[in-house]
Amino acid sequence: MLEYILRRVLTMIPTLLVISLLVFVIIQLPPGDYLESHIAELQSQGESVDEQKIAFLREEYGLDRPFHEQYFFWLIGMLQGDFGYSFEYDLPVADVVGDKLFLTVMISVLTIIFTWMIAFPIGIYSATHQYSWGDYGLSFLGFLGLATPNFLLALVMLYLANVHFGTSIGGLMAPEYIDAPWSLDKLISVLEHLWIPVVVIGTSGTAGMIRRLRANLLDELQKQYVVTGRAKGLPPGKLLRKYPLRIALNFFVADIGNLLPTVISGAEIVAVVMSLPTTGPILLAALQSQDMYLAGSFLMFLAVLTVFGVLVSDISLALLDPRIRLQGDLTK
Amino acid sequence: MNRQGRIEHYVSSEPFDPLSIEQLTPEQEKYYLASQWKLMWWKLKRHRLAVICGIILALNYGSVLFSEIIAPYNLHTRNIDYIYSPPQSVHLFHNGKFIGPFVYGRDYELDMDLLKRNYPERKDDVQPLRFFCSGDSYQFWGLFEGNFHLVCPPDNGTFFLLGTDRLGRDVLSRITYGARISLTIGIIGIAISFTFGIILGGLAGYYGGWVDATVQRAIEVIRSFPELPLWMALSAVLPVNWSPILIFFGITVILAMLDWTGLARAVRSKLLSLREEDFCTAAELMGARPSRIIGRHLLPGFMSHLIASATLSIPAMILGETALSFLGLGLRPPVTSWGVLLNEAQNINVVALYPWLMFPVVPVILIILAFNFFGDGLRDAADPYK
Repeated sequence: MLEYILRRVLTMIPTLLVISLLVFVIIQLPPGDYLESHIAELQSQGESVDEQKIAFLREEYGLDRPFHEQYFFWLIGMLQGDFGYSFEYDLPVADVVGDKLFLTVMISVLTIIFTWMIAFPIGIYSATHQYSWGDYGLSFLGFLGLATPNFLLALVMLYLANVHFGTSIGGLMAPEYIDAPWSLDKLISVLEHLWIPVVVIGTSGTAGMIRRLRANLLDELQKQYVVTGRAKGLPPGKLLRKYPLRIALNFFVADIGNLLPTVISGAEIVAVVMSLPTTGPILLAALQSQDMYLAGSFLMFLAVLTVFGVLVSDISLALLDPRIRLQGDLTK
Repeated sequence: MNRQGRIEHYVSSEPFDPLSIEQLTPEQEKYYLASQWKLMWWKLKRHRLAVICGIILALNYGSVLFSEIIAPYNLHTRNIDYIYSPPQSVHLFHNGKFIGPFVYGRDYELDMDLLKRNYPERKDDVQPLRFFCSGDSYQFWGLFEGNFHLVCPPDNGTFFLLGTDRLGRDVLSRITYGARISLTIGIIGIAISFTFGIILGGLAGYYGGWVDATVQRAIEVIRSFPELPLWMALSAVLPVNWSPILIFFGITVILAMLDWTGLARAVRSKLLSLREEDFCTAAELMGARPSRIIGRHLLPGFMSHLIASATLSIPAMILGETALSFLGLGLRPPVTSWGVLLNEAQNINVVALYPWLMFPVVPVILIILAFNFFGDGLRDAADPYK
């Protein structure tokens, strides 16, 4: 088992390296850099440019050096915990990112739990009652969630929540808590606001999960051992719980790898619409203003988050399923 | 008679015709002799929902060819007297008498409390709609001028079935034109990613070894990115001074670049198992080149599956374009897509005061549902021998 985990972690390293290179290439692609456009903007407004600071930043982050040197600076800096400097905010990236990343992780985890809670019973019901009206109705509902663009659902939910519950529009907490330290009241306020984004983001992943769980369970239900169990007189509920469901469960854990990118993507755009203090709005702004280190770090964080999520799901899958543990191979 | 008194073993020397024993009914014969594609078609036809969705898709794609004629107004016509006009309803009966489709004329007043424009109906002013008529002039596909429409507003009247936007442009017409961009982006995108997927997956599956390993790693890297942030980053890279058409193609390529991984995986795993088959070895021994073996002998075996899964991945692209345009990173006006239209519905005031600006979401949902159900039907039909 330890060997499996170790090997799995080791294969992650080259993947992450390639991702970091890709991210760096993407944020370097636009012509010019932030400092140039910043200077031009300041001069056009007739303000003076702090030559010393510009020169310092240029020197510090090696903006005038060749591409590969810049990349290595960035990479080594990241490994040491220095994510670069946000020109837009005039702060180190780590300070800007701060608890925004934490909130993104929190929303993602809650959304996945929400998706599971919805998809699991529906998937089982659909598989055991194949081609019934309930199956069709619930599947259709799931598809509707898949087909509705997240951002629009978010807008409508915001409006409805405001009209019917009087929850303040947007944000993740009531205004008075934004700068307050974490406390129980703040947590409650966050939870009150959190359910809207969680439900909105969750709807898009649920349909896929229901469909995959249903297909997997249907495959299992046709197998010989289920027929044997039924012939021996096991009650249907117990039969389902003891055998096919457990096998379908494996796949349920493995599916987190499929779910996580969807959830994080959804979280970004919903965050922009609802102006949540997560990574979404800042990433968008950073991309638009060429604040390269900030944008790059965010992209990198999101990718790392996904890679780690998949790692966690792979390891728990290996714990659950001896076939994977012993062969040391994933059957995806 | 031999010595045990048994009849001698008898074999007829007549040529044997199996059909004389096993009589096939005409239906059976038709079934057994049908080609794979014909069987697929029969199986698909039995899937009622998929057929309905297929027809919806065909109608929508057909409408793309004649957007100018179907839309009651020109894409850019501004009705400055009717800004933020709510949808007008079409009536058939006036005072209990059948007149045919008509709308009521409307007045204009400004609600000073909400600063909202109201357009109360004049219940005595009956304005029948015109059909197969001449209305706003347009450039048909930018080629020649025309003014023929299926439906036109009444003379000196208006016909805003889905209301107007902040410049007084008809929302229904804009949705009709928007379909042209939103629907084609999915098709062009899937064509690109299909090509990528088949070539890369084919190479990986056929050659194995380091080619396979490289492609596999590339797929892994791309799949471990959350799609939307990467799309956002890539579209932010597109130069601002590009023309809208170039941006359109840029966005399509970006959407396609991240989408080929699923197809490549499917192609690869199928090829890995198929290339060990005897017919493949035979082709190789006869001196066929790899491209011929892949293209002629291996791919046709699971082409139907590929088409089905491609159909299922078009919705993601349409949604992706909508999301990007909504965020202002995708297509830009004057190119009109459903996402660009939804960009106007970005704040909560719109939801509260002008909810009809959210109508473009209806075709988005409809098309995505249709693609999903149609793709499901195709996938079930893809293996007609099961």
